[in-house]
Amino acid sequence: MNYKALTAIAVALSLPLSAYADADDDTLVLNEEETLVTKTAAPAHLSDVMDEVMSGWHFRSDETQALQMDDFENPAMVFVDKAFDAWETVEGTEEKSCASCHDDVEESMAGVRAVYPKWNEQAGEVRTLAMQVNDCRENQMGAKPWKYTGGDMTAMEALISVQSRGMPVNVAIDGPVQSMWEQGKEMYYARTGQLELSCANCHEDSYGLMIRADHLSQGQINGFPTYRLKNAKLNNVHARFKGCVRDTRAETYKPGSSDFVALELYVASRGNGLAVEGPSVRN
Amino acid sequence: MKRLSLTLALCLTGSATLAAEVAPKDVQYNEDGAVAASLTGQPGDAASGAVIAGTKSLGNCVACHQVTALADVPFHGEIGPSLDGAGDRWTEAELRGLMTNAKMTFEGTMMPAFYKVEGFIRPGAAYTGKAPTEALTPILTAQEIEDVIAFIATLKEE
Repeated sequence: MNYKALTAIAVALSLPLSAYADADDDTLVLNEEETLVTKTAAPAHLSDVMDEVMSGWHFRSDETQALQMDDFENPAMVFVDKAFDAWETVEGTEEKSCASCHDDVEESMAGVRAVYPKWNEQAGEVRTLAMQVNDCRENQMGAKPWKYTGGDMTAMEALISVQSRGMPVNVAIDGPVQSMWEQGKEMYYARTGQLELSCANCHEDSYGLMIRADHLSQGQINGFPTYRLKNAKLNNVHARFKGCVRDTRAETYKPGSSDFVALELYVASRGNGLAVEGPSVRN
Repeated sequence: MKRLSLTLALCLTGSATLAAEVAPKDVQYNEDGAVAASLTGQPGDAASGAVIAGTKSLGNCVACHQVTALADVPFHGEIGPSLDGAGDRWTEAELRGLMTNAKMTFEGTMMPAFYKVEGFIRPGAAYTGKAPTEALTPILTAQEIEDVIAFIATLKEE
């Protein structure tokens, strides 16, 4: 028989369940060339709570996944082009552009996204990529800082992320960043707001399940900045954090605040080993 | 003067009704987390409870629970157990405890407390993301909770 008919029946029977699918087993091949690591062994600091870390890409529909697999389809690439122009645009009192100091973005920024947030020895603080961009603008270019979650900033983050695509996230969690990492971890497990929900409630304990019409992922941020179909723009990590915290009926933290820097450091480290995907495409 | 006393009388009636309502801070849980006394002293309305359970801005029970009786409402979540048959599995007092503050029954449960106004970390003004400017109100009113309890009590095993 009709193996085909059997398969057809099986497919028909399993259809109603497909809405409640777990993470899929698809492979993220970029531009038909490069295979990205979207599932890998969890970093050692997570060994008590999970075995495998997975990109949010696995929790999205085939259609959404496909948008990210081809740079000509990826709606975020328009913003990368824009940021490429900004990279070479002279601004501020020092009459410099990014390129004045960093030359070719493809060379100077390769690998940068993968290790942020990271410790800045001179400043004595943990910095996100956005903080570093604004530090350059203010102190090297003599230009105005960009809004932390604004379009200029998210586009520049996307341009810089592209130069690390495919490289494993490798955020340091010890040494001078350790106390901030611990703070971020505490925040991750804190049940905030009137709904008393922590990051972990949804993204550690319940990933793969549906919450109303949303398929819960592990909340990995290796794909940021991310183009969301929901708001048709690039979103950076702190903007997304803010939305999540708000939805617990909590008072949010401010994008760019040290609280969100700590949370970003911790959440980024949960994705150590996954490929940098930014700019990704999500719901 | 007549009108004034009439208004006064209405006010008094109003507060008398409120006084019969159990405030969130006064809910009495037994050792298993159940709440025997009705929050309103009035029977719940199961039809209204069904609407509340399926409405995003109200109970939104379907965000996490599947409920066959609410099949008309799209997208039921799967984080909590299905509520089918819950009316057979739980008494009214147990359902009231689960609705007001499920953590009194199941320590550490993800389920939010629908009738609680204090003891939160960084509570906000509803879903604005801003700090509250006035005292928090419970997610559902006493009567809404009684209505949902009445609805869930109708969910029997087939």
